[in-house]
Amino acid sequence: MSGTDRVNGEELLSIGDRIVAMARPGEQVEVVVGRSSSTEVRVYEADVEQLASATSAGIGVRVISDHRQGFAYAGSLDEDVLAETLADARDNATFATPDEWLGLAEPDGIAVPDLDLYRESLLKASTESKIDLAVALEQELKAKDARITGVDSADYADGVSEGAVVSTTGIRAYGSETSCYVSVSCVAQDGDDTQTGFGFSVGRTPEDLDIAVAAADASRRATRLLGATQPDSGRVTVVLDPYVTAQLLGIIGSTLSGEAVLKGRSLFADRLGEEVAAAGFTLVDDATNPLAYSSSETDGEGLASRRNVLIDGGRLNQFVHNAYTARRAGTASTANAVRGFSSTPSVGCRALSLVPGTQLQPELLAAVGDGVLISSVSGLHSGVNPVSGDFSTGAEGLRISGGELGQPLREFTIASSLQRMLAEVEAVGADVEWLPMRSAGVSLVVHGITVSGR
Amino acid sequence: MIDEAVVSRVLGTALQTGGDFAEVFAEDKRSSSGRLDDGKIEELGSGRDRGAGIRVVVGDTTGFAHTADLSEPGLLAAAEAAAAAARGGGGGVRTVALTEQSVTSQPVLSRPEEVAKATKVELLQRANEVARSKGGAIKQVSASYGDSRRRILVANSDGLLARDDQTRTLFVVGVVASGDTGMQTGRRSIGHTMGFELFDRYQVEDLADEAAEQALTKLRARPAPSGALPVVIGKGGGGVLFHEACGHGLEADHIQKKVSVFADRVGQLVASPLVTIVDDGTMGNEWGTFAIDDEGTPAQRNVLIEDGVLTDYMWDQLRARKEGRKLSGNGRRQSYKHLPMVRMTNTILTNGETDPDDIVADTPNGVYVAHLGGGQVNTATGDFVFGMTEAYLIEDGKITEPLREGNLIGNGPKVLELIDAVGNDFEMGPPGTCGKDGQGVPVGDGVPTLRVSSLTVGGTAA
Repeated sequence: MSGTDRVNGEELLSIGDRIVAMARPGEQVEVVVGRSSSTEVRVYEADVEQLASATSAGIGVRVISDHRQGFAYAGSLDEDVLAETLADARDNATFATPDEWLGLAEPDGIAVPDLDLYRESLLKASTESKIDLAVALEQELKAKDARITGVDSADYADGVSEGAVVSTTGIRAYGSETSCYVSVSCVAQDGDDTQTGFGFSVGRTPEDLDIAVAAADASRRATRLLGATQPDSGRVTVVLDPYVTAQLLGIIGSTLSGEAVLKGRSLFADRLGEEVAAAGFTLVDDATNPLAYSSSETDGEGLASRRNVLIDGGRLNQFVHNAYTARRAGTASTANAVRGFSSTPSVGCRALSLVPGTQLQPELLAAVGDGVLISSVSGLHSGVNPVSGDFSTGAEGLRISGGELGQPLREFTIASSLQRMLAEVEAVGADVEWLPMRSAGVSLVVHGITVSGR
Repeated sequence: MIDEAVVSRVLGTALQTGGDFAEVFAEDKRSSSGRLDDGKIEELGSGRDRGAGIRVVVGDTTGFAHTADLSEPGLLAAAEAAAAAARGGGGGVRTVALTEQSVTSQPVLSRPEEVAKATKVELLQRANEVARSKGGAIKQVSASYGDSRRRILVANSDGLLARDDQTRTLFVVGVVASGDTGMQTGRRSIGHTMGFELFDRYQVEDLADEAAEQALTKLRARPAPSGALPVVIGKGGGGVLFHEACGHGLEADHIQKKVSVFADRVGQLVASPLVTIVDDGTMGNEWGTFAIDDEGTPAQRNVLIEDGVLTDYMWDQLRARKEGRKLSGNGRRQSYKHLPMVRMTNTILTNGETDPDDIVADTPNGVYVAHLGGGQVNTATGDFVFGMTEAYLIEDGKITEPLREGNLIGNGPKVLELIDAVGNDFEMGPPGTCGKDGQGVPVGDGVPTLRVSSLTVGGTAA
């Protein structure tokens, strides 16, 4: 991709323009054009195990006519495919149920922020330098602790992506970004006991990556659980590690989607304006925060990203919407259309974070006194039901006794309900951590969690 | 899709930097889908993905590049990129003579792309009506239909050339019911490697009815117990247990890197003698079935654990070459954009001899799990977790109260040893998508009714 293309995105925008120009009278047409290239390196025992490079591109076309919506996509930008995709979408629309609220997003006057998400320096980095990063990461981790017996993967990956949205309703948006990360996973052994750990570092360009942090995290995660035992069952106070909190926020965010609310699938549907969480809990979705890995200038329908406060001091302040759910709910889109070119826009949170408290994790542990630090959870997708709020996941962690970390623990579950957990949040830490996901981590103290073990 | 002579030249180019092995994987996939939600046909969609992935192996290094451009220049450019990534010592021009393998794809009686869209829409509406007819507690119904036709071509520098034509059809119903205790969900899905004849075999009304029943039943569910208990896994719906508890740990990539609790254990007793586990990509029309895997190897039936003894792992091209052994037909990938790796197909625990009613009757108290949701495993430690989407209490040898959702956790090798009863009522479970390293592939699983003498149930009740 040339420099000038990226600055104004004319190449992708013009593809959108051409299809939009084929709209028939009375028809709304929206075109999403995406293009990306990526490099992935996996190193094993100081040699390259895999090196993949790829470019891909495609379009998604949405047609709305007579209040009916149809969609089609193609993983190609070939001229004949473009016209065929429009025809498919148009044909698909004729089978849909008319819905008076359907309609594309319209420009709402909010200026698109300039977030500086694209770094030329990523494109200039040589393949050798990327391999060297992964090799260095593997070496650094192996040297960390004699109990680290294997590094099963050390990866470097990056991507350059650009996307355009053009519509008959006056949307004409373009954005581009670069991203990269290193990640590593390892096995630690002590006698018969085996534990695993992972670490990563993310950025927009290789200079942002911190190999020492990734290696230290993986080493700490693997070794600190050696000798873990199964805890007794009981009700405890837990401190969630930032990575665990980030996963929990993702689920809470899904219950605040305007789509879930309108379709009767949100446990918070009737609670706007009510206290749904402890007073110290303020949840913000803000894709304009350049620190967020998932930040971007516009949403999937081409509207400017903006800051939305979802839960304010424990009070449910607002839901998130795309153009359709907003119109149906009698409000304005919050720029929360989420999609790739191969799907229609759904509604989702884009960059969640909690407003931090004042204490770092050691101070939180001291205040808790006795409890369990949850260092990782598994089976979140199967054990948490965002409709009923039932929450139960596998967990690993360390006992907190006398305000300090003690015996490592494994093979237990933690259970509660999302409603109760929010109400029982005791404190939010000061240690906000931006992660390669749509939510940021922070230490979180929660009371009344059921631990099932022995 | 691509002319044989072109494939041959592309392989030659891929080998020009001295590769030991080169492969072209081309794919042309068309899909159609329909979704009903909130009483409306929200959307019909169609998609097309077409392209090729080329890999070159030199020693322990794999180079990979993919392209959506299936013209000869496009393929040659990808071949050069893959070859540059895996640079060997030698080089020079090599020609590859290809021999087309004879392959029989799974039969398709009714091509989904030839079925009128209106007919597919009607299925969604029928499911919606039936689920909503189950009473005022039913608050929301969604239904989705999907079909895909995936044509693949695989050719490699060993001279292999093989094609497959894979059609899959899927239908899912989701229901939300509301009562005094809040909301609960029910879900049923069917999917097979076959065409629209899926709906001769199953009625969408039955699925809708069962999904609604599941949600309604859970409205009167009590909190699941917490702690270690005997757990009876019902036929069909519990197969994911073995996918997680041992399937992933038997994938040769984890074995070779020694990140599996099952490494170096072939020939050893790793499970109760009641346990025989098979991974079988040949089962007629099942969701994880195909004629050839994504490396061109014919699907096979592989016995992994026989009467409790570990007999073999699952293999792909890369790992089998390294050990100089035969391929097992487990090299799969999500699409042409992905490198293949060791994956399961249909993973089953075979029938035992016990009457399933006796298994429940012999359990004084415990949990009966009718349906499991997704799961996850750490192959290095064997610790796994999976969700119960429909479960009941067992009291005095009888199935009694429904339970709210929760996770079950355990350790793979331990659980395999703790299986103390296996029924004679084997059934396949619903279609699944197995995720590994960011790639999803369709998989099947199945079990007869069986009992694990102790599993940790993660409920909230004391």
